[in-house]
Amino acid sequence: MGSDANTHASNNPPARLTGAEIVWATLVGEGVTDVFGYPGGAILPVYDALRKFPIHHVLVRHEQGAAHMADGYARASGKVGVAIATSGPGATNLVTGIATAMLDSIPIVCITGNVSSKVLGTDAFQEVDITGITLPVTKHNFLISRTEEIAPAIRYAFQIAQTGRPGPVLVDITKDAQQGTAIFDFAAAKPRPHRPHPMLNVEEHGLAQAVELIRNAKRPVILAGHGVIESGAEEQVRALAERAQIPVALTLLGLGGFPASHPLNLGMMGMHGEAWVNHAIQEADLLIACGMRFDDRVTGTISTYATKAKKIHIEVDPAEVNKNIKVDVALIGDLRTVLEELLPRISSGHGGRDGSAWIKTIESSKGAVAVRDIKNLPDSGHLYAAHVIHDIWRITGGNAILVTDVGQHQMWAAQYYHHERPRTLITSGGLGTMGFALPAAIGAKFACPDREVWVIAGDGGFQMTAAELSTIAQEGIKINIAIINNGYLGMVRQWQEFFYERNYEATPLVSPDFVKLADAHGIAGRRVQTRSEVASAVEEARSAPGTFLLNFMVEKEDSVYPMIPAGSSLHEMIRRPEKDPLMET
Amino acid sequence: MLHTFVAYVEDLPGVLTRVASLFRRLNININSLTVGRSERVGLSRLTLVCEASAEAGHRIRASLYKLENVVDVDDIAQAPSVTRELALIKIAATPRNRSGIFELVEVFRARIVDLAPESLTIEMTGVESKIEGLIQVLNEGEERILEICRSGKMTMRRGHHTSSVLKAMGADADQAAEEPTEDSAAGEPE
Repeated sequence: MGSDANTHASNNPPARLTGAEIVWATLVGEGVTDVFGYPGGAILPVYDALRKFPIHHVLVRHEQGAAHMADGYARASGKVGVAIATSGPGATNLVTGIATAMLDSIPIVCITGNVSSKVLGTDAFQEVDITGITLPVTKHNFLISRTEEIAPAIRYAFQIAQTGRPGPVLVDITKDAQQGTAIFDFAAAKPRPHRPHPMLNVEEHGLAQAVELIRNAKRPVILAGHGVIESGAEEQVRALAERAQIPVALTLLGLGGFPASHPLNLGMMGMHGEAWVNHAIQEADLLIACGMRFDDRVTGTISTYATKAKKIHIEVDPAEVNKNIKVDVALIGDLRTVLEELLPRISSGHGGRDGSAWIKTIESSKGAVAVRDIKNLPDSGHLYAAHVIHDIWRITGGNAILVTDVGQHQMWAAQYYHHERPRTLITSGGLGTMGFALPAAIGAKFACPDREVWVIAGDGGFQMTAAELSTIAQEGIKINIAIINNGYLGMVRQWQEFFYERNYEATPLVSPDFVKLADAHGIAGRRVQTRSEVASAVEEARSAPGTFLLNFMVEKEDSVYPMIPAGSSLHEMIRRPEKDPLMET
Repeated sequence: MLHTFVAYVEDLPGVLTRVASLFRRLNININSLTVGRSERVGLSRLTLVCEASAEAGHRIRASLYKLENVVDVDDIAQAPSVTRELALIKIAATPRNRSGIFELVEVFRARIVDLAPESLTIEMTGVESKIEGLIQVLNEGEERILEICRSGKMTMRRGHHTSSVLKAMGADADQAAEEPTEDSAAGEPE
């Protein structure tokens, strides 16, 4: 990334700079153009030096927002996102965002100031052991107390964040290190070459076994995960699917890794996956897991998961292999590289099997439950989230970057917005962080200023980070915001409905008038109550010059169907009650 | 089952925390952990023993490798190896009842390393069972054990074993002999 900037930085002769200047010079060298942060005492020297460097700083309203923005920036662009915070509370506020990035393997670098090295460990004002706190939620972190260590640490952080299985890295820099001076030599600060995980293992034997399993499989399914996008293996997965005629099921974070409109695309698997997807997995005799980790939201009960299937696992992280599900063949390496080795050995067609029969079987199982054309359902006067998301998909042509929060709307977005391309769905999968959408969308917008960006958030999650509306206003950026407002913490309410005898404890939610809230920030908005208004409202938001907020007052007690209760088997799903007007969507 | 991991880790502040934190996160109790300098500049060698399921070995090793400061990890498992532990055992003993202990020390091939009017300290090196044996005999006797300090296990594979990772690192071990680190150049305070 940023080879021009690299050249620029490395062309500059080594010069004596302050630590604060070195922070920015190193970031410029790494190709960084935008950072998200919040100043404070222990990081003030860094902020003081900012004006000398060609980097745009976005002032957030809460440091959690900074980490999510860096995260959204990284997910939208594939580049490293950067967040900056001061010591103490500034640093601890980053933690939720760092953990979010960790669980979803997102490359971000967080830079925090800390108190002067002379008072480290003395409980000085705003001192906190942030390297200790973030140790389990970062790929790696650094405590830097000497000026000359700053550039090598930041460059090393960028390398760690992007290599192997990506993830967040934190660099904590003491105030005296920022204030001191050192010779800045960008080229000399280059880290040692990345050392691949020693347990990566793609042997001839394993490849041959995989080819044999694929050739002999009668009911194969490809499980495509986030690794498809992280590794840039979309073409290779598609080639494998097409050549061997294998249907593809996607994880939540895999959506976009394989075109939704492709005839071999089954859709999302797991807890809220369509019935036929999970059914196909349970009936399969071969699963080819590509860059996914058999998360519990995907497998349901492990003991009953795909018991008839042999399993091939292609995965970059050796610690994920045989962690949840025992596999028969493990190809441990970068997905794209492994598939490129595997593909020439895969003969086209169905091999010996009647592959079309398997695909036809899956197709026929869709019949009873697939009522995807919700636009054809009569307008019963009810406004369902499904309508809203379906219309946003239809009207944007699926070309928007959709950034969701966490909860029911997130699952509806996964079900009703059909992602054709990678990096068009940005969502917190592993950690499930409410409050993610708004700041992550801001980050995505800075990464892709020419793209249409939509926030889909619930009324609960939106309020967790709603203060970032001010950031939007201050930056003057254009984002479209759809609040799926059902007056409940909907997903929790749904669990209470199914598993706690409708005891709606602490889930009814009073919210501000979101349109007025937007207005208070100088942001236009509209309240939408009927299905007939949805399309015009979406159009109005899109055509508005600035950020526009739509407050969709949807059916209060709608639930996400189908649902596999946590700890149940994949085939034990709760279906939508038949009396419901949106039957079997 | 009991797992024994031998790892080379960078000799830097906080590295031990990272290793220990991994086991804490996996909710695995560390039975013993010994760390010290290795034959390689800037690398410490540790032996870590823990109780975990047989399948956990792979994941623990893979996870240890994910720590940026961990250079090499060997899962000794059932491989032929030499394991030793050092124990210091302080016993309440007066000149009147010392002789029995002396005999015991002789039988167990231990050593007396400190002798005071009211106590003596035994140093013993050996496999765990041998140390347990000595402690048991002492407990069964009339002597009162005042303190026990055990080093935890140290393990080394038998035969000519060098990991592929360390091999790939090449001549570092030789450099260790030729280029003493700042620390070792300064000399050990004895």
